[in-house]
Amino acid sequence: MTERPVSVGLFVTCLVDLFRPTVGFAAVRLLEEAGCKVAVPRAQTCCGQPAYNSGDRADATAIARDVIAAFRGFDYVVAPSGSCAGMVKLHYPALFAAEPTMKAAADELAGRTYELVAFLTEVMGMTRVVSDFNGAVTYHDSCSGLRELGIKEQPRKLLASMPSLTLKELPGAETCCGFGGTFAVKYGEVSSEIARRKAKDIVATGADTVLAGDLGCLLNMAGSLSREGAALKVRHVAEVLAGMARGPAIGEPSDDAEPGRR
Amino acid sequence: MQVTSQAFKANAHKALGDDNLKTALFKLQHHFTNNRTRAVEALPEFERLRDRARDIKNEVLGALDFYLERFEQKVAEQGGTVHWCRTPRQARETILSLCRSVEAKTCTKGKSMIAEEIALNPFLEENGVQPIETDLGEYIIQLADEPPSHIIGPAVHKTLPQVADLFLEHHKRYGKTERQTEPEALVGEAREILRQKYLDADVGITGANFLVAETGSTIIVTNEGNGDLTQMLPKMHIVVASIEKIVPTLEDLSTILRVLARSATGQEFSVYTTLSTGARQSADLDGPGAFHVVLLDNGRSEMIGTELQELLRCIRCGACMNSCPVYHAVGGHAYGWVYPGPIGAALDPKFIGLEAGQHLPNASPLCGKCESVCPMRIPLPKIFRYWRDKAFEEKITPLPQRAGIGVWAWFARRPELYRLASRLGIGVLGRLGRKAGKFRSLPLASGWTEGRDLPAPEGRTFHDLWQERRGRRGPPKSGDPFRKLFS
Repeated sequence: MTERPVSVGLFVTCLVDLFRPTVGFAAVRLLEEAGCKVAVPRAQTCCGQPAYNSGDRADATAIARDVIAAFRGFDYVVAPSGSCAGMVKLHYPALFAAEPTMKAAADELAGRTYELVAFLTEVMGMTRVVSDFNGAVTYHDSCSGLRELGIKEQPRKLLASMPSLTLKELPGAETCCGFGGTFAVKYGEVSSEIARRKAKDIVATGADTVLAGDLGCLLNMAGSLSREGAALKVRHVAEVLAGMARGPAIGEPSDDAEPGRR
Repeated sequence: MQVTSQAFKANAHKALGDDNLKTALFKLQHHFTNNRTRAVEALPEFERLRDRARDIKNEVLGALDFYLERFEQKVAEQGGTVHWCRTPRQARETILSLCRSVEAKTCTKGKSMIAEEIALNPFLEENGVQPIETDLGEYIIQLADEPPSHIIGPAVHKTLPQVADLFLEHHKRYGKTERQTEPEALVGEAREILRQKYLDADVGITGANFLVAETGSTIIVTNEGNGDLTQMLPKMHIVVASIEKIVPTLEDLSTILRVLARSATGQEFSVYTTLSTGARQSADLDGPGAFHVVLLDNGRSEMIGTELQELLRCIRCGACMNSCPVYHAVGGHAYGWVYPGPIGAALDPKFIGLEAGQHLPNASPLCGKCESVCPMRIPLPKIFRYWRDKAFEEKITPLPQRAGIGVWAWFARRPELYRLASRLGIGVLGRLGRKAGKFRSLPLASGWTEGRDLPAPEGRTFHDLWQERRGRRGPPKSGDPFRKLFS
């Protein structure tokens, strides 16, 4: 066979870049396990949602233009986030509705952009992962992934392939955790209350780890669980699937100078 | 109703500290959403019905003048009169002059959000006509002198003990001196007191869930039957409705009714669905002697052909607020005007102005739950973004926010500078937060840290670590159909 491997441009996402590089390395490991050749374009920063959702169309459009340029040429673009992938897939084309050439480029990028777990299962046909995880986990369905991209069964399918993992379903798993990007800061009091309710539901499952596919939601849930004094661990689903869940969880003390190695 | 939307944050703060409200909203959240889910799951064609309902309203909005004129003609053929009102003031004055034409002292009222929108009750009272709310929820808030907090359950913010206290206080003068605590007893008491008022009223005012162009009928759906007594017993029946309530035919009506109650309360059908077609005819056993329809525009016709047109599909079922995490947390009054919840956040800025209403479309995590349950498939998050764009464009968005986004975007467009800045920032935060793993408070991030901790970053950026471990690997050069665009 001379077929070249599938090339993937990893859209790291700004939150993973800044807060939790481990998730990026976990995504790379999973993509490579699936047989992809992964590259990380240096010209990327963020998908532009902070501007887009604040009404700053001009900056959102300029950032979208940069992202479209940065990810030319890859077979696929994959992000460990339903929110950022949803932005590229659904909202970039809308940003360029009045610019036919850019709209075509945005549509083309949208067509090959995927959220990580959806990509692994739907495009690469992954049905199981090689790692295992010993523990009882619960799973929160992040809003954009769930409602914009239809991500629901895909992560559960891969988690089910880990023999020592038990999934305890979270009642209200489809209810927002209250993050909402800049909403979490601009309307902090309302956002915190929604997060507190989510934390309560999470604790009630009796799971020892909560997982989700979006770092924004994870930071929010981890922050609320920790403020409420709950001892649950919070991780991105990719960390568990990639077998990289041995380091400190989100919001845990760390002496780890080398994130994403373990 | 006085607009307090500009104080959304203060309203929300107050609501979050109200334990009675918390109890009431918890009940609403679980009762309505679970019932809706059950009702929807029991009807395999529900999703198809939503499409059909959306298409019916889209068709109407494409030819609204035609359907409205046809409706007027049919009402007239049956001895009724349609009054066209461009503004709330015109609508109020029309209703008052109709009341005066029969020398009305009291009028009974069915639940109507349009009556709230035009602030009808205080106006009638000031002018010597006493309005009496007959919907139990409306009756409760009339006693409490509060605006509704929900479009189908105006008193959902009240707990049972609060209602018991309110009835005891206001029903003493009818000889009811015992505090009732059971729902049935409370309903019985209200019913008994209202009975005489129905008989005494000179005018009955109802809203309309729908207007049927084909027949000139107005339709109300209720669970209490109060609407029927309100409109059948007095001399005159006045319907107050906004122009987008029109549907072409009875067939269309029945299609939309199939999604309405399921979305609203999770019932397959409301207990009463009442069609009113004209005044009492010679062969009729009962009915009002006169039938008037007050049609309100209040800016709706301007929405046709704009980004806001899709809001005119709304059938006021309340599913969006029943499923909204923000509404669950703060309740309806925090929104500060007639329409609360997601539909209010999308609609109110149109009525009260974007300056006063700017918080509403912003105070949303854009979770999309509202759109996912809306029977008319109204893209509510898209409309929130429309208002956010407009506020930013017109510099209504506060300067610190605009400037903050501007600075951030300036860096986000310069990857190498962005790397440098983020390396420094994250390095500091990482070192400061490593030991605890989180921040309990952080300057400039108090909006976040007042209610929850901020997990500390791992300390290095992904891009720096990747560069160290893997070096640079560019994209493949082949297979890029848009290469020319960027060269």
